[in-house]
Amino acid sequence: MGLVENGKLPGPLTKLLNISRKYSLWVYQWGLACCAIEMGAAFASPRYDVMRLGVIPFPASPRQADLVVISGTVTDKMAPAVRRLYEQMPEPKYVISMGSCANCGGPYWDSYSVTKGVDQIIPVDVYVPGCPPRPEALLEGIVLLQERIASEDMTDRWNRDPIVVT
Amino acid sequence: MNPEASTQQLSYIANQASDARVNIELETEGMTLNLGPQHPATHGTLRIIVRLDGEQVVSAEPVMGYMHRGYEKLTEVRTYPQVTTLVNRIDWLGSFANEVPFILAAERLMEVEAPPRAQWIRTALFELSRIANVVLFLGDMAVQLGATTPVFYAFRDREFVLNQIESVTGGRFHPNFDRIGGIKDDLPKGWIQETKDVLARIHSFCEEMQDLVVGNEIFQTRTRGIGIIPADIGLAYGLSGANIRSSGVDWDLRRDGGVGLIHDQLDWKVWTHPDGDSFARYWVRLQEVRESCKMVGQILDGIPSGPIMAKVPRIIKVPPGEAYVETENPLGVMGYYIVSKGDLVPYRVKIRSASFNNVSITPWVLKGVYVPDVISILASLYFILGDIDR
Repeated sequence: MGLVENGKLPGPLTKLLNISRKYSLWVYQWGLACCAIEMGAAFASPRYDVMRLGVIPFPASPRQADLVVISGTVTDKMAPAVRRLYEQMPEPKYVISMGSCANCGGPYWDSYSVTKGVDQIIPVDVYVPGCPPRPEALLEGIVLLQERIASEDMTDRWNRDPIVVT
Repeated sequence: MNPEASTQQLSYIANQASDARVNIELETEGMTLNLGPQHPATHGTLRIIVRLDGEQVVSAEPVMGYMHRGYEKLTEVRTYPQVTTLVNRIDWLGSFANEVPFILAAERLMEVEAPPRAQWIRTALFELSRIANVVLFLGDMAVQLGATTPVFYAFRDREFVLNQIESVTGGRFHPNFDRIGGIKDDLPKGWIQETKDVLARIHSFCEEMQDLVVGNEIFQTRTRGIGIIPADIGLAYGLSGANIRSSGVDWDLRRDGGVGLIHDQLDWKVWTHPDGDSFARYWVRLQEVRESCKMVGQILDGIPSGPIMAKVPRIIKVPPGEAYVETENPLGVMGYYIVSKGDLVPYRVKIRSASFNNVSITPWVLKGVYVPDVISILASLYFILGDIDR
Protein backbone atom coordinates (compact mmCIF):
# COMPACT_ATOMS: atom_id res chain seq x y z
CA MET A 1 0.00 0.00 0.00
CA GLY A 2 1.52 3.22 -1.13
CA LEU A 3 -0.20 5.17 1.61
CA VAL A 4 1.87 3.57 4.31
CA GLU A 5 5.12 4.34 2.57
CA ASN A 6 4.09 7.95 2.02
CA GLY A 7 3.23 8.41 5.67
CA LYS A 8 -0.26 9.58 4.73
CA LEU A 9 -2.04 7.05 6.89
CA PRO A 10 -3.62 8.12 10.21
CA GLY A 11 -1.56 7.18 13.28
CA PRO A 12 -3.80 4.48 14.79
CA LEU A 13 -4.05 2.66 11.48
CA THR A 14 -0.28 2.71 11.07
CA LYS A 15 0.04 1.24 14.51
CA LEU A 16 -2.38 -1.54 13.69
CA LEU A 17 -0.50 -2.35 10.50
CA ASN A 18 2.79 -2.31 12.38
CA ILE A 19 1.51 -4.77 14.96
CA SER A 20 0.31 -7.12 12.29
CA ARG A 21 3.64 -6.89 10.47
CA LYS A 22 5.55 -7.40 13.67
CA TYR A 23 3.93 -10.73 14.45
CA SER A 24 3.97 -12.19 10.98
CA LEU A 25 7.57 -11.86 9.90
CA TRP A 26 8.08 -14.47 7.23
CA VAL A 27 11.73 -15.28 7.20
CA TYR A 28 13.36 -16.74 4.15
CA GLN A 29 14.91 -20.19 4.57
CA TRP A 30 18.44 -19.60 3.57
CA GLY A 31 21.68 -20.91 4.96
CA LEU A 32 25.15 -19.88 3.98
CA ALA A 33 27.73 -21.26 6.39
CA CYS A 34 28.20 -22.34 9.99
CA CYS A 35 25.68 -19.77 11.23
CA ALA A 36 23.01 -21.53 9.18
CA ILE A 37 23.14 -24.45 11.59
CA GLU A 38 22.69 -22.15 14.57
CA MET A 39 19.90 -20.44 12.67
CA GLY A 40 18.43 -23.88 12.07
CA ALA A 41 18.70 -24.59 15.76
CA ALA A 42 16.86 -21.36 16.51
CA PHE A 43 14.20 -21.99 13.88
CA ALA A 44 13.72 -25.73 13.93
CA SER A 45 14.66 -26.96 17.36
CA PRO A 46 12.08 -27.35 20.08
CA ARG A 47 14.40 -25.70 22.58
CA TYR A 48 14.49 -22.28 20.91
CA ASP A 49 11.40 -22.39 18.68
CA VAL A 50 11.26 -19.07 16.87
CA MET A 51 7.62 -19.47 15.95
CA ARG A 52 6.49 -18.43 19.40
CA LEU A 53 7.76 -14.95 18.50
CA GLY A 54 5.58 -14.83 15.42
CA VAL A 55 8.43 -15.47 13.02
CA ILE A 56 7.51 -18.01 10.39
CA PRO A 57 10.44 -19.77 8.70
CA PHE A 58 8.48 -21.33 5.84
CA PRO A 59 8.93 -19.41 2.58
CA ALA A 60 11.21 -21.10 0.12
CA SER A 61 11.07 -18.12 -2.19
CA PRO A 62 12.32 -14.62 -1.45
CA ARG A 63 9.19 -13.23 -3.07
CA GLN A 64 7.14 -14.34 -0.07
CA ALA A 65 9.57 -13.19 2.59
CA ASP A 66 9.70 -10.11 4.81
CA LEU A 67 12.96 -10.91 6.54
CA VAL A 68 16.16 -12.52 5.44
CA VAL A 69 18.90 -13.70 7.76
CA ILE A 70 22.30 -13.53 6.09
CA SER A 71 23.67 -16.45 8.02
CA GLY A 72 27.34 -16.82 7.35
CA THR A 73 30.23 -16.01 5.10
CA VAL A 74 29.38 -14.11 1.94
CA THR A 75 32.05 -14.76 -0.63
CA ASP A 76 32.69 -12.60 -3.65
CA LYS A 77 31.24 -15.33 -5.82
CA MET A 78 28.07 -15.46 -3.73
CA ALA A 79 27.61 -11.69 -3.39
CA PRO A 80 25.70 -11.14 -6.67
CA ALA A 81 23.25 -13.88 -5.66
CA VAL A 82 22.72 -12.22 -2.27
CA ARG A 83 22.06 -8.89 -3.93
CA ARG A 84 19.64 -10.46 -6.39
CA LEU A 85 17.81 -12.27 -3.63
CA TYR A 86 17.41 -9.04 -1.70
CA GLU A 87 16.03 -7.26 -4.73
CA GLN A 88 13.43 -9.98 -5.22
CA MET A 89 11.93 -9.45 -1.79
CA PRO A 90 8.87 -7.21 -1.61
CA GLU A 91 8.90 -4.06 0.50
CA PRO A 92 8.92 -3.57 3.46
CA LYS A 93 11.85 -5.91 3.93
CA TYR A 94 14.36 -6.42 6.69
CA VAL A 95 17.83 -7.89 6.84
CA ILE A 96 19.56 -9.49 9.80
CA SER A 97 23.28 -9.91 9.39
CA MET A 98 24.16 -12.93 11.51
CA GLY A 99 27.68 -13.67 12.63
CA SER A 100 31.04 -12.02 12.30
CA CYS A 101 31.54 -13.09 8.68
CA ALA A 102 28.41 -11.34 7.47
CA ASN A 103 29.10 -8.34 9.70
CA CYS A 104 32.68 -7.63 8.76
CA GLY A 105 34.46 -10.68 7.38
CA GLY A 106 35.16 -12.27 10.76
CA PRO A 107 38.04 -14.73 10.87
CA TYR A 108 38.50 -14.28 7.13
CA TRP A 109 39.28 -10.59 7.42
CA ASP A 110 42.40 -11.03 5.29
CA SER A 111 41.05 -13.59 2.85
CA TYR A 112 41.15 -12.91 -0.85
CA SER A 113 37.74 -14.35 -1.61
CA VAL A 114 35.46 -13.17 1.20
CA THR A 115 33.26 -10.07 1.09
CA LYS A 116 34.09 -8.12 4.22
CA GLY A 117 30.63 -7.38 5.42
CA VAL A 118 27.32 -7.97 3.70
CA ASP A 119 26.47 -4.30 4.32
CA GLN A 120 28.65 -3.47 1.36
CA ILE A 121 26.00 -4.90 -0.95
CA ILE A 122 22.67 -4.66 0.88
CA PRO A 123 21.38 -2.45 3.74
CA VAL A 124 21.35 -4.22 7.11
CA ASP A 125 18.85 -3.62 9.91
CA VAL A 126 20.27 -5.77 12.70
CA TYR A 127 23.82 -6.92 13.33
CA VAL A 128 24.17 -10.03 15.48
CA PRO A 129 27.80 -10.56 16.52
CA GLY A 130 29.38 -13.90 17.37
CA CYS A 131 31.15 -16.69 15.56
CA PRO A 132 28.65 -18.22 15.33
CA PRO A 133 26.12 -16.38 17.53
CA ARG A 134 24.18 -18.58 19.87
CA PRO A 135 20.54 -19.12 18.92
CA GLU A 136 19.57 -16.91 21.84
CA ALA A 137 21.52 -14.04 20.30
CA LEU A 138 19.65 -14.43 17.03
CA LEU A 139 16.35 -14.46 18.93
CA GLU A 140 17.42 -11.28 20.71
CA GLY A 141 18.11 -9.67 17.35
CA ILE A 142 14.68 -10.69 16.11
CA VAL A 143 12.99 -9.31 19.23
CA LEU A 144 14.81 -6.00 18.86
CA LEU A 145 13.78 -5.84 15.21
CA GLN A 146 10.18 -6.49 16.17
CA GLU A 147 10.30 -3.67 18.70
CA ARG A 148 11.51 -1.35 16.00
CA ILE A 149 8.82 -2.50 13.59
CA ALA A 150 6.15 -1.84 16.23
CA SER A 151 7.05 1.85 16.40
CA GLU A 152 8.01 2.28 12.78
CA ASP A 153 7.13 5.25 10.66
CA MET A 154 7.65 4.50 7.00
CA THR A 155 8.79 7.99 6.12
CA ASP A 156 11.94 7.74 8.19
CA ARG A 157 12.50 4.05 7.74
CA TRP A 158 15.73 4.46 5.81
CA ASN A 159 17.14 7.23 8.00
CA ARG A 160 17.66 5.19 11.16
CA ASP A 161 20.82 3.55 12.38
CA PRO A 162 20.95 -0.24 12.37
CA ILE A 163 20.49 -2.19 15.58
CA VAL A 164 23.57 -3.87 17.04
CA VAL A 165 22.86 -6.73 19.43
CA THR A 166 25.21 -6.48 22.39
CA MET B 1 27.68 -64.38 -8.77
CA ASN B 2 27.60 -62.77 -5.35
CA PRO B 3 24.80 -60.29 -4.59
CA GLU B 4 27.21 -57.35 -4.41
CA ALA B 5 28.51 -57.90 -7.91
CA SER B 6 25.01 -58.37 -9.28
CA THR B 7 23.85 -55.03 -7.87
CA GLN B 8 26.87 -53.40 -9.44
CA GLN B 9 26.10 -54.96 -12.75
CA LEU B 10 22.44 -53.98 -12.49
CA SER B 11 23.37 -50.38 -11.89
CA TYR B 12 25.61 -50.42 -14.94
CA ILE B 13 22.81 -51.84 -17.04
CA ALA B 14 20.34 -49.31 -15.66
CA ASN B 15 22.72 -46.52 -16.55
CA GLN B 16 23.23 -47.78 -20.06
CA ALA B 17 19.51 -48.27 -20.53
CA SER B 18 18.69 -44.78 -19.35
CA ASP B 19 21.29 -43.36 -21.71
CA ALA B 20 19.81 -45.29 -24.59
CA ARG B 21 16.27 -44.28 -23.71
CA VAL B 22 17.15 -40.63 -23.56
CA ASN B 23 18.52 -40.92 -27.08
CA ILE B 24 15.92 -42.96 -28.92
CA GLU B 25 12.56 -42.23 -27.32
CA LEU B 26 10.28 -39.37 -28.28
CA GLU B 27 12.02 -36.22 -29.34
CA THR B 28 11.81 -33.92 -26.37
CA GLU B 29 13.33 -30.56 -25.77
CA GLY B 30 16.11 -30.49 -23.26
CA MET B 31 15.89 -28.22 -20.27
CA THR B 32 18.60 -26.84 -18.07
CA LEU B 33 17.73 -26.61 -14.41
CA ASN B 34 19.74 -24.77 -11.83
CA LEU B 35 19.75 -26.35 -8.41
CA GLY B 36 21.19 -23.65 -6.24
CA PRO B 37 23.46 -21.80 -5.48
CA GLN B 38 21.07 -21.67 -2.63
CA HIS B 39 18.87 -24.59 -1.97
CA PRO B 40 16.84 -25.06 1.17
CA ALA B 41 17.82 -28.68 1.34
CA THR B 42 21.58 -28.36 1.20
CA HIS B 43 23.88 -27.29 3.95
CA GLY B 44 24.93 -24.15 2.25
CA THR B 45 25.49 -23.16 -1.27
CA LEU B 46 26.14 -25.90 -3.78
CA ARG B 47 24.99 -25.20 -7.29
CA ILE B 48 24.27 -28.07 -9.61
CA ILE B 49 23.51 -27.46 -13.26
CA VAL B 50 21.26 -30.29 -14.39
CA ARG B 51 20.34 -30.86 -18.00
CA LEU B 52 16.99 -32.56 -18.11
CA ASP B 53 15.15 -34.55 -20.70
CA GLY B 54 11.63 -34.61 -19.37
CA GLU B 55 12.02 -35.88 -15.84
CA GLN B 56 15.33 -37.54 -16.50
CA VAL B 57 18.76 -36.12 -15.85
CA VAL B 58 20.99 -36.18 -18.91
CA SER B 59 23.99 -34.61 -17.25
CA ALA B 60 24.72 -32.89 -13.99
CA GLU B 61 27.58 -30.65 -13.17
CA PRO B 62 28.33 -29.33 -9.70
CA VAL B 63 29.60 -25.76 -9.52
CA MET B 64 31.66 -25.13 -6.46
CA GLY B 65 33.38 -22.17 -4.93
CA TYR B 66 30.41 -20.32 -3.48
CA MET B 67 31.83 -20.93 -0.03
CA HIS B 68 35.52 -20.73 -0.89
CA ARG B 69 37.21 -18.80 1.88
CA GLY B 70 40.82 -19.39 0.96
CA TYR B 71 41.89 -21.59 3.87
CA GLU B 72 45.10 -22.85 2.38
CA LYS B 73 46.33 -19.32 1.79
CA LEU B 74 45.15 -18.06 5.17
CA THR B 75 47.01 -20.78 7.04
CA GLU B 76 50.24 -19.36 5.67
CA VAL B 77 49.75 -16.20 7.71
CA ARG B 78 48.45 -17.78 10.91
CA THR B 79 50.62 -19.28 13.65
CA TYR B 80 50.09 -22.95 14.43
CA PRO B 81 47.79 -22.38 17.43
CA GLN B 82 45.78 -19.89 15.38
CA VAL B 83 45.23 -22.34 12.56
CA THR B 84 42.91 -24.48 14.69
CA THR B 85 40.55 -21.51 14.98
CA LEU B 86 40.29 -21.48 11.21
CA VAL B 87 40.06 -25.17 10.51
CA ASN B 88 37.20 -25.54 13.00
CA ARG B 89 35.05 -23.92 10.39
CA ILE B 90 35.78 -26.34 7.54
CA ASP B 91 33.22 -28.96 8.47
CA TRP B 92 31.13 -26.86 10.79
CA LEU B 93 28.97 -29.65 12.11
CA GLY B 94 31.79 -31.71 13.56
CA SER B 95 34.17 -28.92 14.38
CA PHE B 96 36.45 -30.64 16.85
CA ALA B 97 37.20 -33.45 14.43
CA ASN B 98 38.74 -30.93 12.03
CA GLU B 99 41.38 -29.86 14.50
CA VAL B 100 42.60 -33.34 15.30
CA PRO B 101 44.46 -34.29 12.09
CA PHE B 102 46.12 -30.87 11.93
CA ILE B 103 47.32 -31.07 15.51
CA LEU B 104 48.47 -34.66 14.99
CA ALA B 105 50.49 -33.62 11.95
CA ALA B 106 52.06 -30.73 13.83
CA GLU B 107 52.82 -33.05 16.74
CA ARG B 108 54.48 -35.48 14.38
CA LEU B 109 56.72 -32.71 13.06
CA MET B 110 57.58 -31.52 16.57
CA GLU B 111 58.04 -35.10 17.77
CA VAL B 112 55.85 -34.65 20.82
CA GLU B 113 53.12 -37.01 21.86
CA ALA B 114 50.09 -36.12 23.91
CA PRO B 115 49.81 -37.87 27.29
CA PRO B 116 47.35 -40.79 27.47
CA ARG B 117 44.61 -38.86 29.26
CA ALA B 118 44.70 -36.15 26.61
CA GLN B 119 44.46 -38.76 23.89
CA TRP B 120 41.44 -40.36 25.52
CA ILE B 121 39.64 -37.06 26.00
CA ARG B 122 40.53 -36.15 22.43
CA THR B 123 38.99 -39.34 21.16
CA ALA B 124 35.88 -38.81 23.28
CA LEU B 125 35.39 -35.33 21.84
CA PHE B 126 36.19 -36.63 18.36
CA GLU B 127 33.40 -39.15 18.63
CA LEU B 128 31.01 -36.68 20.26
CA SER B 129 31.49 -34.34 17.34
CA ARG B 130 30.79 -37.24 15.01
CA ILE B 131 27.54 -37.83 16.88
CA ALA B 132 26.66 -34.12 16.68
CA ASN B 133 27.35 -34.21 12.96
CA VAL B 134 25.65 -37.41 11.90
CA VAL B 135 22.60 -37.01 14.15
CA LEU B 136 21.72 -33.93 12.14
CA PHE B 137 22.13 -35.92 8.94
CA LEU B 138 19.73 -38.57 10.19
CA GLY B 139 17.04 -35.95 10.66
CA ASP B 140 17.97 -33.84 7.71
CA MET B 141 17.84 -36.54 5.08
CA ALA B 142 14.30 -37.35 6.17
CA VAL B 143 13.27 -33.71 5.93
CA GLN B 144 14.62 -33.53 2.42
CA LEU B 145 12.48 -36.47 1.46
CA GLY B 146 9.40 -34.77 2.85
CA ALA B 147 9.18 -35.92 6.47
CA THR B 148 9.34 -32.87 8.67
CA THR B 149 9.33 -34.42 12.11
CA PRO B 150 12.73 -36.19 12.28
CA VAL B 151 14.67 -32.96 11.93
CA PHE B 152 12.99 -31.58 15.03
CA TYR B 153 14.00 -34.70 16.91
CA ALA B 154 17.53 -34.37 15.55
CA PHE B 155 17.89 -30.77 16.64
CA ARG B 156 16.38 -31.61 20.02
CA ASP B 157 18.85 -34.36 20.81
CA ARG B 158 21.80 -32.65 19.16
CA GLU B 159 21.48 -29.78 21.62
CA PHE B 160 22.37 -32.12 24.47
CA VAL B 161 25.52 -33.29 22.71
CA LEU B 162 26.49 -29.69 22.02
CA ASN B 163 25.93 -28.88 25.68
CA GLN B 164 28.39 -31.59 26.66
CA ILE B 165 30.97 -30.32 24.17
CA GLU B 166 30.41 -26.80 25.44
CA SER B 167 30.86 -27.70 29.08
CA VAL B 168 34.29 -29.17 28.33
CA THR B 169 35.58 -26.78 25.72
CA GLY B 170 33.64 -23.57 26.27
CA GLY B 171 32.65 -23.56 22.64
CA ARG B 172 29.25 -24.83 21.67
CA PHE B 173 30.01 -24.95 18.01
CA HIS B 174 33.66 -24.25 17.39
CA PRO B 175 35.63 -25.59 20.36
CA ASN B 176 39.19 -24.63 19.37
CA PHE B 177 40.26 -26.90 22.18
CA ASP B 178 43.00 -29.08 20.78
CA ARG B 179 46.55 -27.99 21.47
CA ILE B 180 49.88 -29.22 20.18
CA GLY B 181 50.94 -31.68 22.88
CA GLY B 182 47.59 -32.19 24.53
CA ILE B 183 44.34 -30.40 25.19
CA LYS B 184 43.52 -27.09 26.81
CA ASP B 185 41.63 -28.07 29.94
CA ASP B 186 40.66 -31.08 31.94
CA LEU B 187 37.13 -32.40 32.15
CA PRO B 188 34.74 -30.50 34.41
CA LYS B 189 33.27 -32.14 37.47
CA GLY B 190 30.28 -34.39 36.88
CA TRP B 191 30.81 -34.41 33.12
CA ILE B 192 31.21 -38.15 32.83
CA GLN B 193 27.84 -38.95 34.38
CA GLU B 194 26.06 -36.25 32.39
CA THR B 195 27.57 -37.55 29.18
CA LYS B 196 26.34 -41.04 29.98
CA ASP B 197 22.82 -39.67 30.28
CA VAL B 198 23.21 -37.92 26.94
CA LEU B 199 24.47 -41.11 25.32
CA ALA B 200 21.36 -42.93 26.52
CA ARG B 201 19.32 -40.17 24.93
CA ILE B 202 21.15 -40.56 21.63
CA HIS B 203 20.57 -44.31 21.78
CA SER B 204 16.84 -43.75 22.09
CA PHE B 205 17.06 -41.21 19.26
CA CYS B 206 18.60 -43.90 17.07
CA GLU B 207 15.76 -46.25 17.97
CA GLU B 208 13.28 -43.53 17.05
CA MET B 209 14.96 -43.00 13.70
CA GLN B 210 14.97 -46.73 13.10
CA ASP B 211 11.21 -46.81 13.62
CA LEU B 212 10.29 -43.50 12.05
CA VAL B 213 12.56 -43.35 9.04
CA VAL B 214 14.26 -46.64 8.24
CA GLY B 215 11.08 -48.62 8.70
CA ASN B 216 9.04 -46.12 6.75
CA GLU B 217 7.68 -47.44 3.49
CA ILE B 218 7.83 -44.11 1.68
CA PHE B 219 11.41 -43.60 2.76
CA GLN B 220 12.39 -47.06 1.59
CA THR B 221 10.72 -46.59 -1.77
CA ARG B 222 12.50 -43.31 -2.32
CA THR B 223 15.93 -44.54 -1.32
CA ARG B 224 16.26 -48.25 -2.06
CA GLY B 225 17.99 -48.83 -5.37
CA ILE B 226 18.42 -45.09 -5.89
CA GLY B 227 21.87 -43.75 -6.64
CA ILE B 228 23.79 -47.00 -6.54
CA ILE B 229 27.53 -46.46 -6.35
CA PRO B 230 29.54 -49.63 -7.06
CA ALA B 231 32.61 -50.12 -4.94
CA ASP B 232 35.16 -49.78 -7.74
CA ILE B 233 33.61 -46.57 -9.08
CA GLY B 234 33.43 -45.15 -5.57
CA LEU B 235 37.05 -45.95 -4.92
CA ALA B 236 38.07 -44.48 -8.25
CA TYR B 237 36.36 -41.22 -7.38
CA GLY B 238 38.03 -41.20 -3.98
CA LEU B 239 34.91 -41.59 -1.89
CA SER B 240 35.52 -42.14 1.78
CA GLY B 241 33.75 -42.50 5.05
CA ALA B 242 30.27 -43.91 5.28
CA ASN B 243 29.74 -43.33 1.57
CA ILE B 244 32.29 -45.95 0.60
CA ARG B 245 31.46 -48.28 3.48
CA SER B 246 27.88 -48.41 2.31
CA SER B 247 29.20 -49.71 -1.02
CA GLY B 248 30.64 -52.70 0.78
CA VAL B 249 34.23 -51.54 1.21
CA ASP B 250 35.41 -52.41 4.69
CA TRP B 251 37.76 -49.51 5.23
CA ASP B 252 37.84 -47.25 8.24
CA LEU B 253 40.87 -45.21 9.21
CA ARG B 254 39.93 -45.36 12.86
CA ARG B 255 40.71 -49.06 12.67
CA ASP B 256 43.16 -49.18 9.74
CA GLY B 257 44.96 -45.86 10.06
CA GLY B 258 46.37 -46.14 13.53
CA VAL B 259 47.39 -42.54 14.24
CA GLY B 260 47.25 -40.58 17.45
CA LEU B 261 43.82 -41.56 18.65
CA ILE B 262 42.98 -44.54 20.79
CA HIS B 263 40.32 -46.27 18.74
CA ASP B 264 42.39 -49.44 18.63
CA GLN B 265 41.96 -49.88 22.38
CA LEU B 266 38.18 -49.85 22.16
CA ASP B 267 35.73 -52.57 21.29
CA TRP B 268 33.67 -51.53 18.28
CA LYS B 269 32.70 -52.61 14.81
CA VAL B 270 32.97 -51.16 11.35
CA TRP B 271 29.60 -51.38 9.62
CA THR B 272 29.29 -51.93 5.92
CA HIS B 273 26.35 -52.47 3.60
CA PRO B 274 26.53 -54.33 0.29
CA ASP B 275 23.93 -52.27 -1.61
CA GLY B 276 25.61 -48.92 -2.13
CA ASP B 277 22.32 -47.07 -2.59
CA SER B 278 20.90 -44.10 -0.72
CA PHE B 279 19.24 -46.33 1.83
CA ALA B 280 22.54 -48.06 2.58
CA ARG B 281 24.23 -44.74 3.18
CA TYR B 282 21.54 -43.76 5.67
CA TRP B 283 21.63 -47.12 7.37
CA VAL B 284 25.42 -47.20 7.74
CA ARG B 285 25.43 -43.74 9.29
CA LEU B 286 22.71 -44.77 11.71
CA GLN B 287 24.84 -47.70 12.81
CA GLU B 288 27.88 -45.46 13.11
CA VAL B 289 26.12 -43.19 15.55
CA ARG B 290 25.38 -46.24 17.67
CA GLU B 291 29.00 -47.35 17.46
CA SER B 292 30.17 -43.86 18.42
CA CYS B 293 27.91 -43.93 21.46
CA LYS B 294 29.40 -47.27 22.38
CA MET B 295 32.92 -45.91 21.98
CA VAL B 296 32.29 -42.81 24.07
CA GLY B 297 30.75 -44.98 26.75
CA GLN B 298 33.87 -47.15 26.88
CA ILE B 299 36.11 -44.09 26.96
CA LEU B 300 34.17 -42.61 29.87
CA ASP B 301 34.62 -45.85 31.82
CA GLY B 302 38.29 -46.31 31.05
CA ILE B 303 39.71 -42.82 31.00
CA PRO B 304 43.15 -42.84 32.69
CA SER B 305 44.38 -40.19 35.08
CA GLY B 306 47.47 -38.10 34.53
CA PRO B 307 48.57 -34.87 32.90
CA ILE B 308 46.78 -33.43 29.91
CA MET B 309 49.65 -31.54 28.34
CA ALA B 310 53.08 -32.71 27.23
CA LYS B 311 56.02 -30.37 27.58
CA VAL B 312 55.95 -27.95 24.69
CA PRO B 313 57.64 -24.56 24.40
CA ARG B 314 55.55 -21.49 25.03
CA ILE B 315 56.11 -20.10 21.57
CA ILE B 316 55.59 -22.92 19.13
CA LYS B 317 58.06 -23.16 16.30
CA VAL B 318 57.68 -26.29 14.28
CA PRO B 319 60.96 -27.75 12.98
CA PRO B 320 61.40 -27.96 9.21
CA GLY B 321 59.88 -30.97 7.53
CA GLU B 322 56.76 -32.37 5.99
CA ALA B 323 54.01 -34.45 7.51
CA TYR B 324 50.71 -35.84 6.34
CA VAL B 325 48.14 -37.14 8.78
CA GLU B 326 44.63 -38.24 7.91
CA THR B 327 41.83 -39.35 10.18
CA GLU B 328 38.35 -40.72 9.72
CA ASN B 329 36.23 -37.65 10.22
CA PRO B 330 32.43 -37.65 10.33
CA LEU B 331 32.22 -37.01 6.58
CA GLY B 332 35.10 -39.20 5.53
CA VAL B 333 38.86 -39.05 5.32
CA MET B 334 40.30 -35.70 6.21
CA GLY B 335 44.00 -35.03 6.00
CA TYR B 336 46.46 -32.21 6.35
CA TYR B 337 49.76 -32.03 4.55
CA ILE B 338 51.95 -29.56 6.41
CA VAL B 339 55.20 -28.21 5.02
CA SER B 340 57.18 -26.38 7.66
CA LYS B 341 60.30 -24.30 7.22
CA GLY B 342 60.95 -23.96 10.94
CA ASP B 343 58.89 -20.84 11.31
CA LEU B 344 56.02 -19.67 13.49
CA VAL B 345 53.62 -20.23 10.62
CA PRO B 346 53.25 -23.19 8.26
CA TYR B 347 54.91 -22.73 4.89
CA ARG B 348 52.10 -24.54 3.13
CA VAL B 349 49.11 -26.56 4.26
CA LYS B 350 47.21 -28.77 1.86
CA ILE B 351 43.82 -29.80 3.15
CA ARG B 352 42.27 -33.00 1.91
CA SER B 353 38.63 -32.80 2.88
CA ALA B 354 36.15 -35.58 2.41
CA SER B 355 33.22 -33.73 0.89
CA PHE B 356 35.15 -32.53 -2.12
CA ASN B 357 35.65 -36.09 -3.27
CA ASN B 358 32.19 -37.15 -2.17
CA VAL B 359 30.56 -34.50 -4.30
CA SER B 360 32.83 -35.21 -7.26
CA ILE B 361 30.91 -38.37 -8.00
CA THR B 362 27.63 -36.49 -8.59
CA PRO B 363 28.08 -36.20 -12.41
CA TRP B 364 28.43 -39.96 -12.58
CA VAL B 365 25.74 -40.96 -10.12
CA LEU B 366 23.14 -38.40 -11.18
CA LYS B 367 23.25 -39.47 -14.80
CA GLY B 368 19.96 -41.01 -15.84
CA VAL B 369 18.08 -40.60 -12.57
CA TYR B 370 14.80 -38.77 -12.16
CA VAL B 371 14.53 -35.33 -10.63
CA PRO B 372 13.10 -36.38 -7.24
CA ASP B 373 15.91 -38.90 -6.91
CA VAL B 374 18.47 -36.13 -7.33
CA ILE B 375 17.40 -34.82 -3.95
CA SER B 376 17.61 -38.16 -2.20
CA ILE B 377 21.03 -38.88 -3.73
CA LEU B 378 22.42 -35.49 -2.81
CA ALA B 379 21.01 -35.81 0.68
CA SER B 380 22.44 -39.26 1.20
CA LEU B 381 25.90 -38.33 -0.09
CA TYR B 382 25.96 -35.84 2.79
CA PHE B 383 28.40 -33.11 2.01
CA ILE B 384 28.97 -29.88 3.84
CA LEU B 385 29.76 -26.90 1.70
CA GLY B 386 32.53 -25.57 3.87
CA ASP B 387 34.14 -28.96 3.54
CA ILE B 388 33.91 -28.88 -0.25
CA ASP B 389 35.13 -25.39 -0.96
CA ARG B 390 37.22 -24.67 2.12
